[in-house]
Amino acid sequence: MHSIPGRRLIMALFLTFLLLPIYWLVNMSFKTNAEIVSTMTLWPHTPTLQHYKRIFTDESWYSGYINSLEYVVLNTIISIAVALPAAYAFSRYRFLGDKHLFFWLLSNRMAPAAVYALPFFNLYSAIGLFDTPWAVALAHCIFNVPLAVWILEGFVSGVPREIDETAFLDGYSFPRFFIKILVPLIASGIGVAAFFCFMFSWVELLLARTLTSVQAKPIAAIMTRTVSAAGMDWGLLAAAGVLTIIPGALVIWFVRNYIARGFALGRV
Amino acid sequence: MDKTINQKAWFLVLPVFLVVAFSAVLPLMTVVNYSMQDTFGNNQFFWNGVGWFKELLDPSTDLGGRFLASLGRNLFFSAVILAIEVPLGIIVALSMPREGWSVAACLVILALPLLIPWNVVGTIWQIFGRPDIGLLGYVLNHLGLNYNYVSNEVDAWVTVIVMDVWHWTSLVALLCYAGLKSIPDAYYQAAQIDGASRWAVFKAIQLPKMNRVLLIAVLLRFMDSFMIYTEPFVVTGGGPGNSTTFVSIELVKIALGQFDLGKAAALSLVYNLIILIVCWVFYTVMVNAGSERPAKEGAA
Repeated sequence: MHSIPGRRLIMALFLTFLLLPIYWLVNMSFKTNAEIVSTMTLWPHTPTLQHYKRIFTDESWYSGYINSLEYVVLNTIISIAVALPAAYAFSRYRFLGDKHLFFWLLSNRMAPAAVYALPFFNLYSAIGLFDTPWAVALAHCIFNVPLAVWILEGFVSGVPREIDETAFLDGYSFPRFFIKILVPLIASGIGVAAFFCFMFSWVELLLARTLTSVQAKPIAAIMTRTVSAAGMDWGLLAAAGVLTIIPGALVIWFVRNYIARGFALGRV
Repeated sequence: MDKTINQKAWFLVLPVFLVVAFSAVLPLMTVVNYSMQDTFGNNQFFWNGVGWFKELLDPSTDLGGRFLASLGRNLFFSAVILAIEVPLGIIVALSMPREGWSVAACLVILALPLLIPWNVVGTIWQIFGRPDIGLLGYVLNHLGLNYNYVSNEVDAWVTVIVMDVWHWTSLVALLCYAGLKSIPDAYYQAAQIDGASRWAVFKAIQLPKMNRVLLIAVLLRFMDSFMIYTEPFVVTGGGPGNSTTFVSIELVKIALGQFDLGKAAALSLVYNLIILIVCWVFYTVMVNAGSERPAKEGAA
């Protein structure tokens, strides 16, 4: 691939720009509050683990991480499970209203969460799912399912149609073909789609906060609440922030070889 | 690829249809219902017809003024960040290392901001920009610039825009990188034989190949910046004054803050409609751009 002059410098500058604010957060999470407020230090002079210790020992803190992971995983599973057959249908067949349906799905990906916050609150309260991980998982489907369909459709289209035909000639039933042949063939696509579902569900706060109160409160919401109640506990806030970055970083590491392709939504 | 007509495919799509309809159509009907009514609390509702919509589109009323002002701010914001992020994203994608471990390292660092919860992004920049404890604010103030995003409108805007560039340029860069990766080496060799300049290679080979991914990037960035809520809310809370109050922030203020259901619902519908129209235009352009391309062109 041809690159431009000075590319190393540009890349280095940009990566520094990306990492500097994150470094500052990590830096602050290891400082005592006294050090944060009183002096300007580029690295912690009296490093401390007190903020992390507090998060890992106080249930009202660490339960937030568990709650968040619970609805994120639920949402990813639901999204992929319903999106797979649909992606196959969109990729292989033409049927009544297919194009309109596809656009309608995509348009939901673009709907502002703020619009749905209040109606979702009413809906999930009415059916008794309010303050459970299910409510958030289902609510996040509104943007994750269309995205998963879109990504998977690209990957399914990359599988030659002859493979389907041969399988059916060999006497595979449709469900068996789907699980035994198609799913392994697009495994990397499923990984990419799962990554995106995970990502968008993990970073979303508005709906997650609106649909939970005590039992299923996500970590991101706990951060905002505790900080405003306890004045400004900067060190604790920074430590909690650092811990929310870690799951994402781990997931990126696992899918790093597919990231670029996934970001083009499987259709480059 | 030719597709066969098969109405039974609806059975495969049905689960998706049900799940999305449950979380999209039902709430939307609630919104339409509210938008026509007025409430005085206690679950008592009164028919209000299109009253809210009239008020919403009339800048002389309180509601209309707030809506149109936040809409203007939001459009300006979207335009600015698109103008910065798209060229910057292309430059970063062109600067990616060619091979070796550094490719993976760059990809991981690039993707990192995308996976940070949005309110933590806000928190990061809130801390980073503070004049007393943040590196950025501290350095700027010691350079003699009087930077304070809490009290100064321009500073608040700059902070929100830089934050968005920090947060989302990687998405554009990764998309472009994926587009660039799909260009066969033969194209570059041919260009070299023809003695094409660096600029000519970019214009004749790389840019056309990035067309589709760029459209996706612009679409996603426009939509997401148009519904931005969490990050500016955490950093500036919509202030100082109302200077960084975008449409979503205004909407949440009206709906969950004042519980003015009718007004909020009318605003939601108009907001949704704008997004839907823009989305449709982009989608049509994208589909057409895709079908003009010769069917068999290298990469799958």
